Amino acid sequence: MEHIRTPKVENVHMIDRLTPRKSTAGTLYLSSTHTIFVENSEARKETWVLHSLVYNVERLPTNPSGSPLLIRCKNFHVYRLLIPQEKDCLDVLASLTRLSRPECYGELFCFSFNPNLDKELREKAWGFIDLKAEFSRMGIPSNLWHVTAANHEYRLCETYPSELFVPKSAFPAVIVGSAKFRSRGRLPVLSYFHRDTSASICRSSQPLSGFSARSADDEQMLHAIMKSNPVSELMYVVDTRPKLNAMANRATGKGYENEDHYTNIKLQFVGIENIHVMRSSQQKLVDVGELPAPSMSDFLWGLENSGWLKHIKAVLDAGVFIAKAVAEDGVSVLVHCSDGWDRTAQACSLASVLLDPYYRTIKGLMVLIEKDWVSFGHKFSHRYAHLDGDPKEVSPVMDQFLECVWQLMQQFPCAFEFNERFLIQLHTHIYSCQYGNFIGNCQKERRDLRLQERTHSLWPHLWENRAEYTNPLYRTDHSQTQGVLKPLTTAYCFKFWKGMYGHADKSVASHQSPADCLNAVREESQQLEEELSAHQERLAQLKEKKTSGGRKKTNKLSERVRRPIPIESKLSSPLDYFTATRSEKHSPSFTLPLELAAPPKNGDPDDLSTCSDFESGVADLSSHSSSAGDDTKDHDSDEAVKSNT
Amino acid sequence: MELSEHIKTANVEDVTLRRPFHPALRGTLCVTSHHLLFSNRKDEASWQLLILLKNIDAIEKSVENLFGYPRAVGSSGTITIKCKDLLVLQLEIPGMEECLNIASSIEALSSLESVTEMYPFFYRPSHLTLLGPWGLSTTEQYYKQTERLWDRWRVSKVNSDYSVCPSYPSAVIVPREVDDDKLIRSARFRQGGRFPVLSYCHHSNGMVIMRSSQPLTGANKKRCKEDELLLQAVIDGSELGYIIDLRSAQQAQQARMTGGGFESKSCYRHWKRIHRHHERGKVVQESLIKLVEACSDLSHSVDRWLSKLENSKWLSHVHSALSTAGLVVECVERDGHSVLVHGSEGTDNTLLVSSLAQIILDPASRTVTGFLCLLEREWIQAGHPFQQRCAHSAYSHARLKQECPSFLLLLDCVWQVWRQFPLALEFSEALLLRLAQEVYASNYGTFLCNNEQERCAAGVKENTHCLFQSMLKPDIEEQYLNPLYEPTDLAIWPSVHPQSLQLWTGMFLRWTEYAQNMEEAREEVWSIVKEHRERV
Repeated sequence: MEHIRTPKVENVHMIDRLTPRKSTAGTLYLSSTHTIFVENSEARKETWVLHSLVYNVERLPTNPSGSPLLIRCKNFHVYRLLIPQEKDCLDVLASLTRLSRPECYGELFCFSFNPNLDKELREKAWGFIDLKAEFSRMGIPSNLWHVTAANHEYRLCETYPSELFVPKSAFPAVIVGSAKFRSRGRLPVLSYFHRDTSASICRSSQPLSGFSARSADDEQMLHAIMKSNPVSELMYVVDTRPKLNAMANRATGKGYENEDHYTNIKLQFVGIENIHVMRSSQQKLVDVGELPAPSMSDFLWGLENSGWLKHIKAVLDAGVFIAKAVAEDGVSVLVHCSDGWDRTAQACSLASVLLDPYYRTIKGLMVLIEKDWVSFGHKFSHRYAHLDGDPKEVSPVMDQFLECVWQLMQQFPCAFEFNERFLIQLHTHIYSCQYGNFIGNCQKERRDLRLQERTHSLWPHLWENRAEYTNPLYRTDHSQTQGVLKPLTTAYCFKFWKGMYGHADKSVASHQSPADCLNAVREESQQLEEELSAHQERLAQLKEKKTSGGRKKTNKLSERVRRPIPIESKLSSPLDYFTATRSEKHSPSFTLPLELAAPPKNGDPDDLSTCSDFESGVADLSSHSSSAGDDTKDHDSDEAVKSNT
Repeated sequence: MELSEHIKTANVEDVTLRRPFHPALRGTLCVTSHHLLFSNRKDEASWQLLILLKNIDAIEKSVENLFGYPRAVGSSGTITIKCKDLLVLQLEIPGMEECLNIASSIEALSSLESVTEMYPFFYRPSHLTLLGPWGLSTTEQYYKQTERLWDRWRVSKVNSDYSVCPSYPSAVIVPREVDDDKLIRSARFRQGGRFPVLSYCHHSNGMVIMRSSQPLTGANKKRCKEDELLLQAVIDGSELGYIIDLRSAQQAQQARMTGGGFESKSCYRHWKRIHRHHERGKVVQESLIKLVEACSDLSHSVDRWLSKLENSKWLSHVHSALSTAGLVVECVERDGHSVLVHGSEGTDNTLLVSSLAQIILDPASRTVTGFLCLLEREWIQAGHPFQQRCAHSAYSHARLKQECPSFLLLLDCVWQVWRQFPLALEFSEALLLRLAQEVYASNYGTFLCNNEQERCAAGVKENTHCLFQSMLKPDIEEQYLNPLYEPTDLAIWPSVHPQSLQLWTGMFLRWTEYAQNMEEAREEVWSIVKEHRERV
């Protein structure tokens, strides 16, 4: 609280970037966790922005109408405020800047977030995802693979989980020796075992090979992994870096495996760029989304220039290569990059999604993230800037993984149990620090922070609301659901992810969602079925009693049948095809360029469903403290609101 | 010359057919006057591929053994057939001479000029009859059905012998108070005689969309009193109307040098002119060619693909068409004013914009029947020169001047609207794809010729079947329905933000695996909806 210089500013305007005249007046509140904007209008619509989701705050030059303030969020929402007094603006700026950059873990939202679960439930919630069960689902331990205690108390490798699966044939000395020969001790261990072919995906960091060094233990370790796949005489080592980068690492005593030193390995580079390249590429992509009135060419050129889709393709290509090796060639693969926690996690988890239909379910994707990302030490707090720290550590690694899954969903509309909203919700929570799951950089850190005692787990919360995240086209018996996915990776298959980056254009389009419509249809079908049987029962009873109640019932039934009609206000709100500065209705000035797509006047349809929850105003902040991240109450965030109000 | 005289080799055995994403097949190839038939007999089952020769846009032949041994064992040739619906096939034909014969027959027969020799004049399916009315509706019927027109508008037969405007239908709808003499005068003042006629009357406020060609003001700023009166009668008392000129202000100025021009402020005082630049003709055709070329190269890197996509400018055309249509709708629906749309000839972009505006505005044009009626009214009767515009598609090497995929552009724009409002249109993507195919090569007479007059002369109505009628047969119609259709009376304002416009994959990536998965998704949607309906 001590960081809040001014808790309340009145007469603030929330400016709509595309149609400045649609700006709304209201009051701005700063709480210790959220920035809240409450409209002065009848509906008192509220916008909540979680501090930990704020990427940066920028003050633009003061103009006669006030001081503009720009709040950019990590989920690519942008809020434009106009604050009448410059002093207030400076205060808000200073407060927000401080609040959005926590300096220690203790300041994070997850430690104050309290959804009123009792202790027992909270503990149970943390057990929702069980990695041991996941490995046994794969058939591990088996006669060839077992769990090793080598990393008990994180003695061998601080950033790995304490339980590691390794080939039975690898002796403890080999394990220790191999860890010594790998950057940060991240030795080759099992990530995924493919039952059909007995081929496995293992992961590690780069070897400390330099120009000539070698380790008999590491060589034995790889041999043991290869031998754990009895039918194959070969194994791939996939180095996910561009070859040049890998070679450059040799100068610092690291590098890649020398094929001559290892028996029957085949080295393959797949050329995913490093975190710095990705960070700047995403920034360029976000800038494209923010262009004020781009032409088609501006947009396509910007998209090309950002290089983002090229990188997405590279990541997916890596996954496809690994999945193909495992499923088609039956060859085990060892994947690594430099440290084995960014590109390696991307490649392994994508390959798993392609290989195993289970990871295309809601629960399965949670398990996969918990396994390949959380437990194997992906540096969440560094990459997603949970704390104020080195900006060079920040990079959209997970964003890329989620986007690759989204791109796959575009190609295989029936293959995934979850929908786009689920991915966006995951993305928000990776950044939001509302739940403890993604806090810290490895298992050890999380244990030391006692996160399980002090914070809540996201997974059961998502699971409870899974109806909202379900893809209606998913069917377990569908051909796209079965077996290995073989996506096309032709350039034209990669699209701009509008749901994630396209917040500039919150137009009508998204409100007529076929998926929602189908979900409604499905739900209704089920309801109908239930109602029907209930009515049949009652009718049978009534027939016996010979009353006239029957007819009424059928009427009710037919009313029910009508499908949800698109919200009218939605469709009727025109975009401005004229210009931005039309002062009066009858005298448009046609000199300015076309102004494109403006958000509808009357807000989202979701508002209609949720605004009643907010009538009470800000008075009861506590009841809203659970709301996810920032919500302008659109799809990806109102779920949290609903569940807590 | 009889068509059959073009056929030197009618049958070849042992031909190998290669199609994208299918295993190669061996079979017999036949060339007839209008078709290419490939049939494959494997055990009992036989499989046939029938291609209209008119659908073939380009063929490429490569013959091995060019050096003097024409009948040598093993000599063979390969013909690559590129169809107007963007399918590409390869035929390996044993025997060089046969290969060359087949190729030359295809070349000759696929580019027939005479309308009455075309296949629609020979197509006689058993389930259709040539008796009865042709087409879905006429101007008179449309007028009769549209009650809100009765008061202020009338049907004029001034063009009954096509002498006033050769490209207009025999009947048009004009303001009641303007008599036929004035229309004749106005027609003389408009390029090709295309005087302003009614295209659409908005149900909620009675405002109208008119369309015409450019006025022939010329360098001397000529005036035509009747034309001015005609437009005055359109707005009848209200203080303002908008003229949406589909050329930039500069182009409109330049048009005066060649006898064309625009409505000047001083002569049309109650009309406000807005210029929106639209590319036309050759430029759009070249966009299509570039786009298809970009789509067919699978080896592109992402960067190269995006740069080729950008460079084709196809999506830019989609963008401007939808933006201008949105502007028209905004004038009519939001500002409550009537609009006149024209470019120069008034046969391409004009029709594109006026019909898109109607889809955005008018719920009636979003049904299957309504949409087909709209196409019939606004494209076929309104005299879009289909024969000239659709003579070739993206593969042809013959670069004629008249080609322009305006109609395909319309379908693409409608697809964008459909994608943004998946519940608002009664028809599905399948209908758009079918139309995209039929417009280039068809069994039906609907898209033959360039206007009503030509169709009359050729006897199209008497001797061919109507595509739209056949598409509306109940058993056929279902495949064109949108399972999620939920009618709305409101205008559906499409987003024209570049992020919201996408490549029409169903069309341009039609013959790839990509389309396959989408098809499965479509089936899944249907099965859910059907299941639901059964329960209801």
